[in-house]
Amino acid sequence: MSAADPYDAIVVGSGAGGGMATWALARAGLRVALVEAGPWYDPADEAQRTQFRYPWESPRRGASTRLRPFGDFNACIGGWELDGEPFTTADDTDFMWWRARMLGGRTNHWGRISLRFGPLDFKRRDSDGLGDNWPIGYEDLKPWYDKVDKLVGVFGTNEGLPNDPDGFFLPPPKPRLHELYYIRSARRAGIPVYPSRLSILTKRINKERGVCVYCRQCSRACGLHADFSSSTVLIYPAVATGRVDVYSNTMVRKVDTGADGRATGVSCIDRENRRELRLNGRTVVLAASACSSARILLNSISARHASGLGNSSGHVGRYLHDSTGASRAAFLPELMDRDIYNEDGVGGMHVYTPWWLEDTQLDFARGYHLEIGGGMNMPSYGFGFAANQYKRFLGERVGGYGNGLRDDIRRFYGSRLSIACRGESVPQYGNYCELDPNVVDEWGIPALRFHYRWTEQEINQARHMQDTMEELLEAAGGVLLGDKPGPEREYGLTRPGEIIHEVGTTRMGDDPATSVTNRFGQLHDADNVFVADAGTFVSQADKNPTWTILALAWRTSEHIVEQMRQRNL
Amino acid sequence: MNKTSRREALKSLLLAPLAAGLASATGCAAGGAVNWNELPREYSYGRTGAERQRDRKLFAETYFSEHELVAIAVLCDIILPSDHPNGGALDAGLPEFVEFIVKDRGNLKLPVRGGIAWLDSYAIGEFGADFANIGEAQRLVICDRIAWPDVEDPALQPGIRFFSLMRDLTLTGYYTTEQGFRDLGYQGNVANVWDGVPEQTLARHGLRYEPEWLEKCVDQSRRDIIASWDDDMNLTS
Repeated sequence: MSAADPYDAIVVGSGAGGGMATWALARAGLRVALVEAGPWYDPADEAQRTQFRYPWESPRRGASTRLRPFGDFNACIGGWELDGEPFTTADDTDFMWWRARMLGGRTNHWGRISLRFGPLDFKRRDSDGLGDNWPIGYEDLKPWYDKVDKLVGVFGTNEGLPNDPDGFFLPPPKPRLHELYYIRSARRAGIPVYPSRLSILTKRINKERGVCVYCRQCSRACGLHADFSSSTVLIYPAVATGRVDVYSNTMVRKVDTGADGRATGVSCIDRENRRELRLNGRTVVLAASACSSARILLNSISARHASGLGNSSGHVGRYLHDSTGASRAAFLPELMDRDIYNEDGVGGMHVYTPWWLEDTQLDFARGYHLEIGGGMNMPSYGFGFAANQYKRFLGERVGGYGNGLRDDIRRFYGSRLSIACRGESVPQYGNYCELDPNVVDEWGIPALRFHYRWTEQEINQARHMQDTMEELLEAAGGVLLGDKPGPEREYGLTRPGEIIHEVGTTRMGDDPATSVTNRFGQLHDADNVFVADAGTFVSQADKNPTWTILALAWRTSEHIVEQMRQRNL
Repeated sequence: MNKTSRREALKSLLLAPLAAGLASATGCAAGGAVNWNELPREYSYGRTGAERQRDRKLFAETYFSEHELVAIAVLCDIILPSDHPNGGALDAGLPEFVEFIVKDRGNLKLPVRGGIAWLDSYAIGEFGADFANIGEAQRLVICDRIAWPDVEDPALQPGIRFFSLMRDLTLTGYYTTEQGFRDLGYQGNVANVWDGVPEQTLARHGLRYEPEWLEKCVDQSRRDIIASWDDDMNLTS
């Protein structure tokens, strides 16, 4: 096939949404171009492997760098600051914009927490009168969640909870010691706790992928392909069909449109040789991440689309929202002088607490879930800092030098229990990204300018998070560490963008005046352009977005195939 | 001077003030040799080209003077001496790790340089020579004054901050080496099949698994059997 022949579909971005679209479209027989801004990646490739490395294999012992903000061994190449790719924030507002630059995108570093949205999550306006309902409901997405569970694999348990739906789960691993302390404390506090739900294979799901070997390093991406990364689970099988061309190290500048306003392909730049490249396609599927896809649309200006493609409503970039977050930790004297054994477990928590106060009158909208941390982690840079600070709680003197420090290290190893909360914010029309007229990146693409402020809802929610964490950590027998953040620090509320769950910039809806895509992620303004990332989310729930991105992207892909069959595309 | 000869020079500098008692401070009183294990200069752990380039630049950069590196080595050695079966800071290559991480972090450069200068100035004031060139007992007198963060003497605060920083860097550097793993008894980072907290540990903590919870957990003897479900979402394999 020559470059001039149109692809059936051009997929922009190779994360959860782009990977799923590529896989589903190629599997249906379509010829697909997958365009990824970063390099090809496979954690099984020795040259790219970071799994099962020891800290001394890194001169900085796993400390973070700008390119790997979650540590030197983290699989994900990207960050909040990228050389040559600036973004700006408007006066008095705040946003941290994370971007991954590699095959598989941020699925290479995410926590594998895989939560379905529940029936209430799609219809939040009905329960609290704020924001908007999704045009679809849980029943529309349930069949797709079911398929995603079986295709990708997720462990968890069916608990029959009203807003945390059951699924086709693999069995969960047994809790670790600190998690047993958490379970006991949650029982004491009357707060529910369940096995966590992570897309890690505790049991074989096919012959191609391995089974978890409990190294706790999913964040380094699994060489056995026993966790979910878009590359591992979706892109390699898609490429194996022979119908996918992967354009790596290629940045999409804009979607090209014809006189009829429909897309004809995409204009890109090869990042390695700085050559311009044009790809022709019958359809374009944007899955570059919520803000990147919005940026591409806003930059796709033409006579027919004067304010950017898909932006006749002025809604591209609007309703940008991220999860809320707060965290706290405690020292558990009962966990001093532990028996030392291998308790790595899976790459994340084995237990968690979903939102449990749905029907309670509170001074904030929406809810949050609790993620549990602790245990005998592998030492890396930072281990041993403030080594014997807990002695203060035992009435002993902190500090010193000499071999006694060795005893302190062993005595306090694994004696910390931490909780992180992740909550739902209320989407705001006034929180948005737009093209900054004054700044371009090194490829000449206008940079994004962010406008984002939390509201009282999120700040009040963070206060509640702090009270909950304090109650649970104390019930676990813990001595709280650090000060409890008060109103002067917005109760420890994380910064917008910090949780890396940004969604909503191309939200779906039935009314073209107040939404960017229809309920299938299809642009109201150009029927052969689709969005398959979290940009289409009307609201983010307190759940991690990946499972919903996967379900929506699969649904959108089947819609594309069906529309092509009916000759509508 | 290339890196190897620089290290050799530093070792001889460490050996030089033997009379002043450094040998025993480094836990090498018997042999008299300074035990300074070297760290590798080449690393391979899934780096991109840009990362390799940055690390090469960092290795090539000279930030600390030899005098400063000796001061770092002496401090690391006091914090975690070598007179221990699992080795100490110098066995674990600490001075080189501190040198690298300070260049890498950037924001540590000033605190470490300024801290050494403070320490030298204080040692000269108290004992008439900089920190590396006073006697072992004199060094320990100073350390006893600055190793405890609860000391409130305002004049000592810069030294206390610096010593705490050096303790952090020394411990983190040591416990991220093979010696440190041995010292800690760390058991992880190997492929295994997690099947819960050991019985004797549960007993020690007076905890047990709730039977209903345990029932839901993975049966590790069936982990290799491909998963299948009935229509009601029950696992059947």
